[in-house]
Amino acid sequence: MNPADWIEAGVFWVFGAILVVSAFRVITVRHPVHAALFLVLCFFNTAVLWILSGAEFLGIILILIYVGAVLVLLLFVVMMLDVEIEKLREGFVRYAPLGAIVGLILALELVYLFWAHALGFHGLTVALRVSARHDNTRALGVSLYRRDLYPFELAGMILLVGLIAAILLTLRRRTGIRNQNPADQVRVRARDRVRLVSPTPPRHGGPS
Amino acid sequence: MITLNDYLILGAILFALGVMGLFINRKNLVVLLMCVELILLAVNINFVAFSRYLMNREGQVFVFFVLTVAAAESAIGLALLVVVFRHRQSINVQDLNQLKG
Repeated sequence: MNPADWIEAGVFWVFGAILVVSAFRVITVRHPVHAALFLVLCFFNTAVLWILSGAEFLGIILILIYVGAVLVLLLFVVMMLDVEIEKLREGFVRYAPLGAIVGLILALELVYLFWAHALGFHGLTVALRVSARHDNTRALGVSLYRRDLYPFELAGMILLVGLIAAILLTLRRRTGIRNQNPADQVRVRARDRVRLVSPTPPRHGGPS
Repeated sequence: MITLNDYLILGAILFALGVMGLFINRKNLVVLLMCVELILLAVNINFVAFSRYLMNREGQVFVFFVLTVAAAESAIGLALLVVVFRHRQSINVQDLNQLKG
């Protein structure tokens, strides 16, 4: 093993271990805000692993877009809602054994499958290391804009639909507050608002 | 030397943790959303690992699309969460029984 392999193995094991521990904390921690913050830690560690495996663009957008937008939105919502945590934690002890059993069985089965040479790619190591001049972002961009242009545009449409749906769901018209309606303001005509009267001169000697 | 199996095992552990979270936190809607994010993350790790070890870029393209759909999904999920909280003053899953037949 040359030094580069040692470094790669070290980075993988350290960040993988932090990733697993923080994922465990996400599902067991008491407060949802803490869970969201541990999820941010998970995403950062995953981004490191992706950059380690040569997917730099995905690692960067995972941090910039996913942590920077989606998880911050999640954090906003968690902090905005005034939830009583104690009530939501009620069944935790009761459900924990079931969850642990299901998760353990699932994990053991999958790990056994990968260890048992069953899939035919056991011991598949990286054939050649990506050279330092390889531009992952450029390669991905060429792929996205040339071969996968149609799915790329569909992804844009999905985001647009998601945007509209989120806005429509959370829009509410509140009654009883004074707000302006620009359409009404523009549509108004002069004769609805202004009444012209001919002024009469005050009479002398009239009732005061 | 890190092999493909190491990445796959990491993804499997993360996936199992996500499923475990779905079982444990079955009352809190926010944490359920976070567990779904964890599961998607595990799948994405597998995609990136396969993309590297099989020398094929399509895996990364697929991760890109999965991230897009996951972003839309969590945005709509959070919007639904806000609406539910506005109606019921609670995000307890067990309070959401109006559609029960």
